[in-house]
Amino acid sequence: MALERKDVENIAHLARLAISEADIPEYARNLSNILALVEQMSAVDTAGVHPMAHPLEATQRLREDAVTEADQRDHFQAIAPAVEAGLYLVPKVIE
Amino acid sequence: MHNKTLTELSAGLAGGAFSSVELTRHFLERIARHDGGLNSFITVTAERALAQAAAADARRSRGEAGPLTGIPLAQKDIFCTNGVRTSCASKMLDSFIAPYDATVVAQCDAAGMVMLGKTNMDEFAMGSSNETSFYGPVKNPWDTAAVPGGSSGGSAAAVAARLTPVATGTDTGGSIRQPAALCGITGIKPTYGRISRYGMIAFASSLDQAGPMARTAEDCALLLGVMAGFDPRDSTSVEREVPDYRAALGNDLKGLKIGLPQEYFGAGLDPAVAQAVQSAIDEYRRLGAEVVEISLPNTALAVPTYYVVAPAECSSNLSRMDGVRFGYRCDNPKDLEDLYKRSRGEGFGPEVKRRIMIGTYALSAGYYDAYYLKAQQMRQLISDDFRRAFEKVDVIMGPTSPTVAFNVGEKSDDPVAMYLADVYTIAANLAGLPGMSIPAGFVGKRPVGLQLIGNYFDEARLLNIAHQYQLVTDWHLRAPEGF
Repeated sequence: MALERKDVENIAHLARLAISEADIPEYARNLSNILALVEQMSAVDTAGVHPMAHPLEATQRLREDAVTEADQRDHFQAIAPAVEAGLYLVPKVIE
Repeated sequence: MHNKTLTELSAGLAGGAFSSVELTRHFLERIARHDGGLNSFITVTAERALAQAAAADARRSRGEAGPLTGIPLAQKDIFCTNGVRTSCASKMLDSFIAPYDATVVAQCDAAGMVMLGKTNMDEFAMGSSNETSFYGPVKNPWDTAAVPGGSSGGSAAAVAARLTPVATGTDTGGSIRQPAALCGITGIKPTYGRISRYGMIAFASSLDQAGPMARTAEDCALLLGVMAGFDPRDSTSVEREVPDYRAALGNDLKGLKIGLPQEYFGAGLDPAVAQAVQSAIDEYRRLGAEVVEISLPNTALAVPTYYVVAPAECSSNLSRMDGVRFGYRCDNPKDLEDLYKRSRGEGFGPEVKRRIMIGTYALSAGYYDAYYLKAQQMRQLISDDFRRAFEKVDVIMGPTSPTVAFNVGEKSDDPVAMYLADVYTIAANLAGLPGMSIPAGFVGKRPVGLQLIGNYFDEARLLNIAHQYQLVTDWHLRAPEGF
């Protein structure tokens, strides 16, 4: 399926990606080509085929509900773009 | 010293012919001399390496050395390394100093191995040419006009150029096997779940698998033994004993049943590559193997299926890069949405953005059944093809890549053409099967890889089959000129 400018804008918004106006036609063309490749799947009848969730049919392991992590807040926040008093700073969200 | 295999280096260290510090200096000097033109490393950790080497020598003098203690290696820059930048070749993580070690890194450290540095790759492992790296493309040591393949292109080029004896790689759709083929080295992607994914920056979680890249199958066997194993911190890690991968290397191949999928030798395969692969198969016949033609009917659908599954999972995995807790943040965001959008828009390169957008689209309301669910059904059909094949044969062989290394810039403007470079490798990821690439000749200056696909957890047999070939051929011993 061929994507239009508004489709690309909508997808970019859903993905929270800023893309420049000038790049939209190229994204539309490339993404449409990729989707055309993907569409080849529709030639195969998959009615009744069980979708594969895991190659080894493994299921999620469970473990004891126990605290296993030590508090490393300062260590982890040392690489954050902006922190204050142990909190991550972002632009104001509530007026 | 740089032409020695791991077994030879290990013996040299054990016999006192050289120390780990001497060995490490030798490789650091080679990196300093040769990597300017190749760009195979993003970060060289010389000081840390020499400290690890000194510690390895001390450990040896206490009589506590293992077979790989003191051996240098390079880690793909997708593995988190505590205190060392872990960029995933993205501007997004250019300033990211990992706060912990990946299990693979911790296991290599525990074995006493010495990390020389972090290798270049396609951004977030998305690419087949190493051209999507924020740090620039890697050159193929056999022909610097050519790409090294990707995404583990830096690891492959560094091993081929003898800048490191071994390296780690990861393979989501061929990212160990294809660069190994294009750079004339040996690489194995084990069964899904064999090696822990903890601390390996996630691209497509249901496909990602780490593995060793080296010059020989025996070297891969040694490093795989260190990398493999159960890890409670990876929910898809398999609880299964790690065999001694070297134990079976010497088995003869009499009666081995090799399956050649007719779909791997059709249109699109370069005739010169086909010829090299056929010569390798003939060599296996001489080793006593029996060759039968098989069919994997859904082969052509592997690439389309992959380009739903991988982008869908990457769009979810990469949502954590939001400019808030770590990584790149845009200047002067006007509100939270602007912060997310511009940090991601400026931090990710074009290929990563394309894949996030394809994945976002495929998972968006109303499209899930047509894309993701359909792709998971296709995965089942592709997996069934292999299951039927392995009822008849022990191993599947074919080309790793339809062509030898292409030129830098040749496919970078056409994503779909680039995706089709992985037409023979992707199916093994979709099915979770182990796959390997070994050197099997040249077309002009550029190497050809032979692919081996095995049944689940059959890594020891794949390594055995590769090793027996390497005992009677010398493709894996060839070194690129100038290195």
